[in-house]
Amino acid sequence: MAEITPVVMPKWGLAMQEGLLAAWHVAPGERIEKGRELCDIETSKIANVFESPASGLLRRILVEPGTTVPVGKLLAVLAEPEVPDSAIDAYVAEFEARFASEAAAAAASAPQPRFVEAGGRKIRILEMGEGGVPLLFVHGFGGDLENWMFNQAELASARRTIALDLPGHGGSSKDPGDGTVPALAEAVAATMHALAIDRAHLVGHSLGGAIALHLALERPQRVASLTLLAPAGLGPEIAMDYIEGFLAQSRARKLRPVLETLVHDPALVTAEMVENVLRAKRMDGAQAALEAIARACFGGGRQRWQARDRLAGLGPPVQVIWGEQDRIVPVAHALGLPAAIPVHRLAGAGHLVHMEKAAEVNALIERFLARAAAVG
Amino acid sequence: MPKKTYRQAINEALRQEMERDPRVILMGEDVAGGMGSPGEDDAWGGPLGVTKGLMPRFGRERVLDTPISESAFIGAAVGAAATGLRPVAELMFVDFFGVCFDQIFNQAAKFRYMFGGKAVTPVVIRTMYGAGFRAASQHSQCLYPIFTHIPGLKVALPSNAYEAKGLLIQAIRDDDPVIFFEHKAMYDEEADVPDDPYTIPFGEANVTREGEDVTVIAMGRMVNFANQVADKLAKEKIGVTVVDIRTTSPLDTETILETASETGRVVVVDEAHPRCSMASDIAALVAQERFADLKAPVKMVTAPHAPVPFSPALEDLYIPSPAKIEAAVREVLAFKG
Repeated sequence: MAEITPVVMPKWGLAMQEGLLAAWHVAPGERIEKGRELCDIETSKIANVFESPASGLLRRILVEPGTTVPVGKLLAVLAEPEVPDSAIDAYVAEFEARFASEAAAAAASAPQPRFVEAGGRKIRILEMGEGGVPLLFVHGFGGDLENWMFNQAELASARRTIALDLPGHGGSSKDPGDGTVPALAEAVAATMHALAIDRAHLVGHSLGGAIALHLALERPQRVASLTLLAPAGLGPEIAMDYIEGFLAQSRARKLRPVLETLVHDPALVTAEMVENVLRAKRMDGAQAALEAIARACFGGGRQRWQARDRLAGLGPPVQVIWGEQDRIVPVAHALGLPAAIPVHRLAGAGHLVHMEKAAEVNALIERFLARAAAVG
Repeated sequence: MPKKTYRQAINEALRQEMERDPRVILMGEDVAGGMGSPGEDDAWGGPLGVTKGLMPRFGRERVLDTPISESAFIGAAVGAAATGLRPVAELMFVDFFGVCFDQIFNQAAKFRYMFGGKAVTPVVIRTMYGAGFRAASQHSQCLYPIFTHIPGLKVALPSNAYEAKGLLIQAIRDDDPVIFFEHKAMYDEEADVPDDPYTIPFGEANVTREGEDVTVIAMGRMVNFANQVADKLAKEKIGVTVVDIRTTSPLDTETILETASETGRVVVVDEAHPRCSMASDIAALVAQERFADLKAPVKMVTAPHAPVPFSPALEDLYIPSPAKIEAAVREVLAFKG
């Protein structure tokens, strides 16, 4: 029996309930490979390319451009030529009948963030998936757990995953301690302890990369592997225009150009994304916490915590992924690392490489985790 | 993110600030209800239930039912603010300001200036405004332009529940007198409102829609009407920028002028009467500062220069509506010099 593969409206982030299909990049009758650009989707939060979740022949498009449909709705069908049209008709009819009844249940059971007490702080986390060695996501300066909206659900299909809000960020307590990389790493370790996680794969972005690296250096037995995405900690340079602009701007129109330096394609930065950053900055204590972290980590216009020379002796396996067009932490920091560390430089991506090249980054992490598991 | 009504958002802001700061007290007519009588405690919680539950939580010491004498309790609130408390007084309907205006405009508004900056007056006066409630001429007015006219007062007009919580917490923490306008037709409208406290700075307008053809500047409830029009016209490829000015004093002239210059076609929407209104004020500002950028005369959409009618049919016609805003947008677009 030949297979029919459904492509449905993805769920990007906690708040997404529907999405606008803006344009198709592939026409019926064409082949697409997993991870290639399938269509453009816009939500109230973000606009991005939807990369095909599977490889196959595009047989049917069910949602016309310009249409807004709920999460989980059938967008298209992939199937080989030997599958007759009648079988596709029947599949679509059955899917849509089922969707109507299951959509409400799925919406009700969507994972929601919760709070854990860790090291005297309230830390907000979002868990997805189960089993295996857990994967922990650590976002960067000014981010939050929703930064992983294109990654967490995908990587959660094979394991337990946890994304957290660092102190001072998102819904977590606004006390960042002294704001240094070691202090923030301590908070992440306390969160792992509160969740009874002895050992985890760490995926850290930017400042979160430095935090993950610190954990791997100081607590190697608790780190199964380390994926560093455009990490801090590997050189002195950091775009202070970005850090200072992020802290200073309280109007959306002024903050937007600052946030656009995070990405290669500025279309990714929607009005809602800017609004969400502003809302996080307005929470009591957030601004002071971010300023303290910026002073402690980037005071004097350079990265205060660096561990490049300690990478060679690191216990857990490490991979480094960087966007070629990164304007925040220079991709040059990926040069000259120890030969054992694979470095992937992705073209067409800025600092938010895991959002702009989500499918590639997810595939690199999956492959890396499989290899780490094989080595043991 | 939890959905909360405008009413719940205001109640939560009051509760969180009262928890954070023991100097914050509430006073006004029936803010709890039942004081000094054998009846039910907290019977009212404000005429529309906005302060419900605060008296049981904080006690009669901090939630004071006052006599029906605005001149007395607004004066008391101003005096309490000048001597160290941070009162939030409720002037039930802004239409009643006539009996207590001296305490506001000639006392509270002047203290910091006349005492050489050595006195602060951290009082908030919450008050209901706006038509659409079938409450007739004496309970439906939009008198914020009168308060905006007075130096020394700050004036906030939240346009939804999220804005209401952040602007009210900011108002309570502000050391100057703040008049906080709540539109009575909006209390049941919901928005995403974070549980934890947050503040929205005064004098920073919010651009709620971005388009290239026309700039609509609005405040309070009118922001929602303007947003509806922008969303509708976006389907016709007409790009409308909507600016929620948030506070009429201080006024974010920078954002107003920038967005006016970007499109060159400006509509100002104000639920108040047209003379000496925010609409005429902003129209004059744009005409004076950005005349060269304008492609059409600035258009004002306001209520008429007439009292709010009691007839429901006439009241509905009286209020600036999305249809009137849309017509104004089309008019400035069609202008050919």
